[in-house]
Amino acid sequence: MTDLTELTIAEALKSLKNKEFSATELTNAYIQKMENTREYNAYVLETPEVALAQARLSDERYQNGTNLTLDGIPLGIKDLFCTKNIRSTACSHILNNFVPQYESTVTQHLLNAGASFLGKLNMDEFAMGGSNETSAFGPVVNPWSSNEPLVAGGSSGGSAAAVAAHLCAGATGTDTGGSIRQPAAFCGITGIKPTYGRCSRWGIMAFASSLDQAGPMAKDVRDCAIMLRAMAGYDAKDSTSVDIKVPDFEQVLEQDIKGLKIGIPSEYRPDGLNKEITALWDKSAQMLQSRGAEIVHISLPHTPYALPVYYIIAPAEASSNLARYDGIRYGLRINGEKLDDLYINTRTEGFGTEVKRRIMIGTYVLSAGYFDAYYVKAQKVRRLIKQDFEKAFEKCDVILTPTSPVSAFKIGDESMKENPINMYLNDVFTVSVNLAGLPAMSLPVGLDSKGLPLGMQLIGKAFDEETIFKTAYALEKDAAFKRK
Amino acid sequence: MTYTIKTEKNEWEIVCGLEIHCQIISKSKIFSGASTEFGDDANENVSFIDAGMPGMLPVLNKECVRQAVKTGLGLNAQINKHSVFSRKNYFYADQPNGYQITQYEYPIVGKGKVKIDLPDGTSKDIGITRIHIEQDAAKSIHDLNPKKTYVDFNRAGVGLMEIVTEPDFRSPEEAGAFLKKLRSIVRYLGTCDGNMDEGSMRCDASISVRLKGEQGLRERAEVKNVNSVKFAMQAIESEAKRQVEVYEQGGTIEQQTCRFDQATGQTKFMRKKEYADDYRYFPEPDLPPLDLTDEYIENIRAQMVELPDAKKERFIRDFNLTAYDANLLTESRETADFFEKAAKGHDGKKVANWILGDFFARLNTDKLTLEQSPVKPEMIGQLVDLITNNTISGKIAKDVFALMFETGQSPIKIVEEKGLKQVTDSSQIEKIVDEVIASNADNLAAYKNGKTNLFGWFVGQVMKASKGAANPQVVNELLKAKLDK
Repeated sequence: MTDLTELTIAEALKSLKNKEFSATELTNAYIQKMENTREYNAYVLETPEVALAQARLSDERYQNGTNLTLDGIPLGIKDLFCTKNIRSTACSHILNNFVPQYESTVTQHLLNAGASFLGKLNMDEFAMGGSNETSAFGPVVNPWSSNEPLVAGGSSGGSAAAVAAHLCAGATGTDTGGSIRQPAAFCGITGIKPTYGRCSRWGIMAFASSLDQAGPMAKDVRDCAIMLRAMAGYDAKDSTSVDIKVPDFEQVLEQDIKGLKIGIPSEYRPDGLNKEITALWDKSAQMLQSRGAEIVHISLPHTPYALPVYYIIAPAEASSNLARYDGIRYGLRINGEKLDDLYINTRTEGFGTEVKRRIMIGTYVLSAGYFDAYYVKAQKVRRLIKQDFEKAFEKCDVILTPTSPVSAFKIGDESMKENPINMYLNDVFTVSVNLAGLPAMSLPVGLDSKGLPLGMQLIGKAFDEETIFKTAYALEKDAAFKRK
Repeated sequence: MTYTIKTEKNEWEIVCGLEIHCQIISKSKIFSGASTEFGDDANENVSFIDAGMPGMLPVLNKECVRQAVKTGLGLNAQINKHSVFSRKNYFYADQPNGYQITQYEYPIVGKGKVKIDLPDGTSKDIGITRIHIEQDAAKSIHDLNPKKTYVDFNRAGVGLMEIVTEPDFRSPEEAGAFLKKLRSIVRYLGTCDGNMDEGSMRCDASISVRLKGEQGLRERAEVKNVNSVKFAMQAIESEAKRQVEVYEQGGTIEQQTCRFDQATGQTKFMRKKEYADDYRYFPEPDLPPLDLTDEYIENIRAQMVELPDAKKERFIRDFNLTAYDANLLTESRETADFFEKAAKGHDGKKVANWILGDFFARLNTDKLTLEQSPVKPEMIGQLVDLITNNTISGKIAKDVFALMFETGQSPIKIVEEKGLKQVTDSSQIEKIVDEVIASNADNLAAYKNGKTNLFGWFVGQVMKASKGAANPQVVNELLKAKLDK
């Protein structure tokens, strides 16, 4: 019998409709695999009884023909999403006992589409990190590891590993500076960060409000299309969500990409860039070209400023967003003599090193006397970065770049521990997209000499995920990446 | 009227500006759907947003925006079509998010002005610097337990308008007049209930002093959260005097924050301003900037109610009232409405006299509000008419008025039922006069012999015999003619 967990969402939906197996059987297959595959540390909370109860309802709907768009599909949920009556911690000690009494809009949309939730997935604490090593629950191990344990990437490392190891049919992720795309690339799966405003942020614990966006992480492009359609949509509860129709992304997948202009930004090819990645990038461009797409060389001149701008704006917003974790109303509380002691004790014990570092940076850049030099300036440059893309998109329809300058590295890398900047440099290809609010996908296109997956990034115009989807679908076919 | 603090050596002038926090009248909070009801059980009206739960996002309540625009128009101020929300970051137990959503660089309302009327009959314009909208904090309760502080989040997220004035006040009276005027305006507009004792209107005063004629400003002290007009005036006066004393003894004033002690009437030092928090303001990323259209603003302008100043002018013009009376009658919208109803079709000036005199006095004695008054406005108009057309005398009117209060009946009905109608028919009165003279021959003789002060006695007898209904003027004329014959 085939391993049901290896089916894509599209395949599973087809079989469920044909009653080849039940949602309960599918769910049990995942639960079994989760129990047998805990070495990746992908889940921080398994909720098999929740998933089975939801699967039973899906089976009823399949029986009476009222089945929904994602009915019976078992998903993993990044722990940054608040899930009603299910512990949600952002993988931080400060929320170790937090059980929300509300469901995030995105996960509610998935539930409304009939999906079931297998559990909560590991991540970097409050989504701050690029290797899933800052989690209070310990690092996620990349399923592609052989001799030594490798990172799954971050912050959505648990989501990427769970999808790669077939511990869920698909997963939710969030992306503030590359947190969907980079782990997707490291784990050989597909993930898309949609346009800012496409998915509601309501009920997702905020890291950097102006950059955060939820998106799907799945086995392939089609599954991402199916999931994103369910997740997206205007939400009056999020004033930054945009009231724009959500297209049926799956409909455009097979569309011809002939004549489509693919932009290649020269600034994304620094001298020292990994040769294997450069080669794969060129190869990807050629594959698209051979399908009739046109390669256009473009310039995104403010690219070198993206990382510093990001590491000012994101921590600034984070320092304020994380102020609510004060031990007063919920979460961890370590008492003290006075109110200030309570704050200091609780936050000292509750937050990890990376989160503290970013709160410090953010507090600093917003302080009187520094605000103009850092925050205000960064916002100005952010506008220039956005304009770079607007100009580039006058010449092309979609931009192709590598997702990450490296493949998965080993857990506990000394150079990154010693100097966090080395870790931040991994975000060099992804952060601009968040600053500009654009949609971007990472899909696996090949392996490096170490046998590790490498991902390509496709960046689209605002609210034009459709062009990304059809380009990615074509590239996926030609790259013929073999999933784990 | 110039107010100064005179000492042996110098003459000092007060420079004062006010910041008034007004709770916006709105069913729900400014960024959540929770109720704003005052007086509910603790933590009854708290949404996940108000409690600062993870992942919660603010959504701007349009009604609060409308109320702020209305208030801005009421204070003759510039409405800023583009305004921006900011976060003011600080930790406190009653601040659930660790920041307050407010407006900083770009407030919704800009410069405006308010005319205040002073007791000496002069008036003065007070400059409005800005109005911004923001959320209120929760309430810390320290006195339930000696070791614990409790927090009631009902107030957390209630919409506030912070109204900031220019440092235009030169006396406690001016500040008091402004607070009363502001309260009157927001109550007219229905944008804030203005109840300072309930905390729905709270006042901070920035106070400094300088020598008369001195240019520039000296260091100021900010007195926080004063909760009545009287206390605000006291706080300004006592703080100014304290500063004068410090200067005269050769000391200096440092920028500082104080509170007002109601028991002593003095200001108490709280903290030096140099240790003030750095609030790390930055634009609120969860809310887009607020952009208003001309159409939206004009729409609100078109629906504005008549405000006290305009009403006052109209009352003076249409009813021939004195400025003083018009001022008193327009202080509250309810009184003004009552007066207008009463005066409609009657002698407005006389109606005003009755309302401001006997009517208010009686309400006061009976401890009744205008709403509870058994006397309806139309009845006062009717009463005035009864006097004007000589149906009753002024003296009888007082009795009728008392009966109106006791029975709630109209004066017309009372006069009719009690037969209080004044007799002006001189043949009827002449009959009584003749009778009185005929049956008092001795007094008539005495009068004739020069005891003319008996005239009053005769008048009294006639009035008594007519049960007070005779028109006193007619009685006078007839008696005079008959006695002096």
